[in-house]
Amino acid sequence: MATTIQSPETESKKPRLDNGNSGGGGLRNLGPTNGSLKLLEDFSPEPSRTGVWVGLAAITMSFAAFTSALIVRQSTANDWHHLTIPSIVFFNTVVLLASSITLEIARRRVAEFARGRTANRSTPLAWLSATLLLGFVFVTGQYIAWQQLRAEGLYLASNPNSSFFYVLTAIHVLHVLGGLAGLMRVIYILRRPVLSLRRSTMDATSYYWHFMGVLWIYVLLVIWIKL
Amino acid sequence: MSDRVVQAVPTTADVVHHHQPPQGFIRKYVFSLDHKMIGKQYYALALVAVFIGMVLSWLMRIHLVWPNWPIPGLGLLSKVGAPGGVMTPEYYLSLLTMHGTLMVFFVLTNAPFAAFGNYFLPIQIGAEDMAFPRFNMMSFWTTFLAFCILIAAFFVGDGPPIAGWTSYAPLSAVGADAGPGQGFGQTLWGLSIFVFCIASLLGALNFIATTLDLRTRGMTLSRMPICTWAWFITSCIALLAFAVLLPACLLLILDRVAGTSFFIPAGLVISDRLQPHSGGSPLLWQHLFWFFGHPEVYIAILPAIGIVSHILINSMRRPLLSHKVVIYCMMGIGFLSYMVWGHHMFVSGMNPFSSLMFSFPTLVITIPATIMTLIWLGSLYGSRLRITAASLFALGFISMFVSGGVSGFFLAQPSIDIYLHATYFVVGHFHMVMGVAAIFGVFAGTYFWFPKMTGHMMNESLGKLHFWLTFIGTYCIFMPFHYLGLAGNVRRYSAFVDDFLVPLIPVHRFITIAALCTGAAQLIFLYNLIHSRFRGAPAPDNPWECTSLEWIMPSPPPFDNFGGKHVVVYHDPYQYGVKSSTGDYLMQNSPEQVEVRT
Amino acid sequence: MGKLFAVIVFVIALLSAIPIITHSWFGSGISFALPEDISTHGHAIDDQLSDTMVEAGLSFLAAQFVLAFFVWKFSNRQANAEIKTFPGGAKGLVIAALVLVGTEMLALGILGQKAWAAVYFTPAKPDAIQVQAQAGQFAFYFRYPGADGKFGALHPDKIDEGNSNFFGLDPANDVDSRDDIVTGELAIPINREVHLMMHAKDVGHSFYVRELRIQQDFVPGLDLSVHFTATKVGKYEIVCTQLCGLGHYNMKAYLNVLSQEDFDAWMKQKASEQ
Repeated sequence: MATTIQSPETESKKPRLDNGNSGGGGLRNLGPTNGSLKLLEDFSPEPSRTGVWVGLAAITMSFAAFTSALIVRQSTANDWHHLTIPSIVFFNTVVLLASSITLEIARRRVAEFARGRTANRSTPLAWLSATLLLGFVFVTGQYIAWQQLRAEGLYLASNPNSSFFYVLTAIHVLHVLGGLAGLMRVIYILRRPVLSLRRSTMDATSYYWHFMGVLWIYVLLVIWIKL
Repeated sequence: MSDRVVQAVPTTADVVHHHQPPQGFIRKYVFSLDHKMIGKQYYALALVAVFIGMVLSWLMRIHLVWPNWPIPGLGLLSKVGAPGGVMTPEYYLSLLTMHGTLMVFFVLTNAPFAAFGNYFLPIQIGAEDMAFPRFNMMSFWTTFLAFCILIAAFFVGDGPPIAGWTSYAPLSAVGADAGPGQGFGQTLWGLSIFVFCIASLLGALNFIATTLDLRTRGMTLSRMPICTWAWFITSCIALLAFAVLLPACLLLILDRVAGTSFFIPAGLVISDRLQPHSGGSPLLWQHLFWFFGHPEVYIAILPAIGIVSHILINSMRRPLLSHKVVIYCMMGIGFLSYMVWGHHMFVSGMNPFSSLMFSFPTLVITIPATIMTLIWLGSLYGSRLRITAASLFALGFISMFVSGGVSGFFLAQPSIDIYLHATYFVVGHFHMVMGVAAIFGVFAGTYFWFPKMTGHMMNESLGKLHFWLTFIGTYCIFMPFHYLGLAGNVRRYSAFVDDFLVPLIPVHRFITIAALCTGAAQLIFLYNLIHSRFRGAPAPDNPWECTSLEWIMPSPPPFDNFGGKHVVVYHDPYQYGVKSSTGDYLMQNSPEQVEVRT
Repeated sequence: MGKLFAVIVFVIALLSAIPIITHSWFGSGISFALPEDISTHGHAIDDQLSDTMVEAGLSFLAAQFVLAFFVWKFSNRQANAEIKTFPGGAKGLVIAALVLVGTEMLALGILGQKAWAAVYFTPAKPDAIQVQAQAGQFAFYFRYPGADGKFGALHPDKIDEGNSNFFGLDPANDVDSRDDIVTGELAIPINREVHLMMHAKDVGHSFYVRELRIQQDFVPGLDLSVHFTATKVGKYEIVCTQLCGLGHYNMKAYLNVLSQEDFDAWMKQKASEQ
């Protein structure tokens, strides 16, 4: 095979930034040649947004592994005891879904504020804080759910159903705590005198948070159907 | 959704991060955010792990053929495990477990992938650093933590774990009742791998985001060097594989410490005690483990394939017959690696029909592997091959890859696996194709990139001597493993007491001597590495006349890689055999246009 | 240097092949031949193994020789030597790999399926001798149903090695178990199918008899079985191939293939010992 030499790009050519495959490079590597920072900001992919999707893929895979473990375990079990889901779990579900809504509102308010349409920083902060609060309510609620199970005498090692219930919900709560840390970071950045919140940071945090809601619905369905 | 939240519009100066190199010792050498330092840290960790692992293999080999010879100093390591320097059967199994775990996780995953990948992936795509430098630092230190936890298992009360690197349940799950080495040491093993998974996930995430987002202008995906591609594909494999091992380790630890029954069935009587478990499935552990375990083989070998291709092309002074085909083959192997895990479980009591289902994709993997081999061989034809220590190891890699690969023909077939399963044939197979071949990739990479990483050349004569001894030595060690396997020699035996195994001991003696000599030859490498680091001749920017971006910068590279400049890439990665102003090659960032050969 | 590499690869490839072809360790009398097959299904596995050996061996030698030859010929050429392209280029090689290796693998896969099916896809005959095998740290025990042809139930909580109750039988309450014969060796009659029902007492083990071409794991919690017919009288070693703890290397038992008369006598004797 011959080496094919592609015609080299010339500097006069306007950089094309709209194609993820172009080798257009990321924000940090590409100086604007035409002075249009907006172009860069809007179109160059940002690592944190990519990173969060990749991270979510890994989390999905982990929960897929848990699910398949559950299915295999159930198929060999002669000790499968039906488990009644503690009632507070349904309340927690509503709380978590509500937090997704407040976060989405917060994101829009942040955007308005960032574009300078409003100088009011407290509205987006309030919505973000509401999300944070709901998140903590969810975590506390899950803790209460564990307490309710313990009151029934169901511990981690009592039977496979309770084992899986504790493991799945605890791993989910750990991930939610990670999301709460992200939210706190966003709030912290937003409170700085000079605003330096990147759109990608806000987006990544909210994708992650919404995913926690979706993941919870999935976990709840698995628990409901299987346990 | 198109709302922009960016307020503080970055100035040009922000866009190109002109961060200053850190001055303090801690920030510079310990908790460094610089991908180059982190790459070196990974390399150093792998080096420590590989020497520990190698010494363990020496001890095992010595014990196998001279079981009653007191090994000087071994008694100090463990008074219980090796009273007076003569190891007990359980201590042999401990060493075997630690050897496998260290080598697979801390050497074969770390050296070709994390060490070289961290150092050269950002540079080869023209980036200044990884996408998430903090994650990168955390990733290394988490790996280091995992390493410390594993090493700690050497020193716990009832000894290091003995369940093998695969840690099959229920032996690994039932706790101290199952005998020495199944107590706290095994829990530490599970914890270590659990932590290692987190580190690898962070690393893989970083590699993927970096490759996708931080490529410099003109660096399209198809213009990435083959080793960059290999690291990228490997990180995709690692992301999904370690995400499965992580839950598996968690469940194993819970079975051990919390009394759950994920992997432990009812009615087990161990050490005359009926175990208080019910309903778990030992096969579940095997499925989860091998779902990770088989892709892990490619996590070790794909980066080596990439590194070797990169070096081979440079030494041959010509591009491969096809750049794209090799990349597609790597992708194909990566994809298939998720469909074949059951071939480790042909005789495990899994449904015999699924054995056939796993056998076919396993056989299919031969096709991309053969294509790659043929492309390497075909590219050698008519080339201007330069023989250096690096290229010798790259050529040696091809030889090893073939030798280790053909034994896969046997093991991929369930019917033959009935006879060969759990024999030394398997041990020979995976040591050659996953162990030695990948290590050859690391050696090749070291001889090739050392000048760039340190600013000093390595001693070529010593490097070549190291190659001859290692190449011949590893064949002497691992080829006879296959013959022993054909004779039915069972693996993981600390002594050969069976009637049919006793006559084979002379062969084991030969292997032990070969192993001792080959291991000793590695001291040449270590000497070369340390001596050249301080006394080696100063390295020019581009000693090998290579075309990729790491060679446009000084050796060693400055803190910010490209000195704050934007590299623009104009060419496919391997413009060799052309007539340009620099000679027979053209750098990727050179705007020069050369004649297109047909 | 390149020529040295070529010579060494060539020599290594040849030397590697010698023990495979001669089945011995360079004339020392150490044999790498597969032990004589004593089962009815084993020849299919052996044939498959030798077919694979031919194909793998040829691929191995061809690849190593080509590597050696090309390195010999093309290393350290002059700087202005012309760079040639392999005839046919990448396309030719890809097609060659697809066709040659593809058919080879397909053939091996399909042929190998038969050998596998012979072991696993046919159920044991109804008149096969029923034997139960139990693996524990670090011994195998075998149980025959005795005169009544019925196995007594197992009670893991009653296992008591001190009193030789290896299986956890309950002869006091369980009539079926009273005439069960428990032994440490697996005696079977020649040319009769044996249906071996396997369970593990504690951790994973494996049942491996080289001459029988049988290897099957014991998986705790799973009742597995294999069936085979031995065709040659003799004593053969049963070894454990699944890492089971410190005594793993020493876990073995004997397979005793007897003529029908000897087997009957053996049975009678064992029954009287119980």
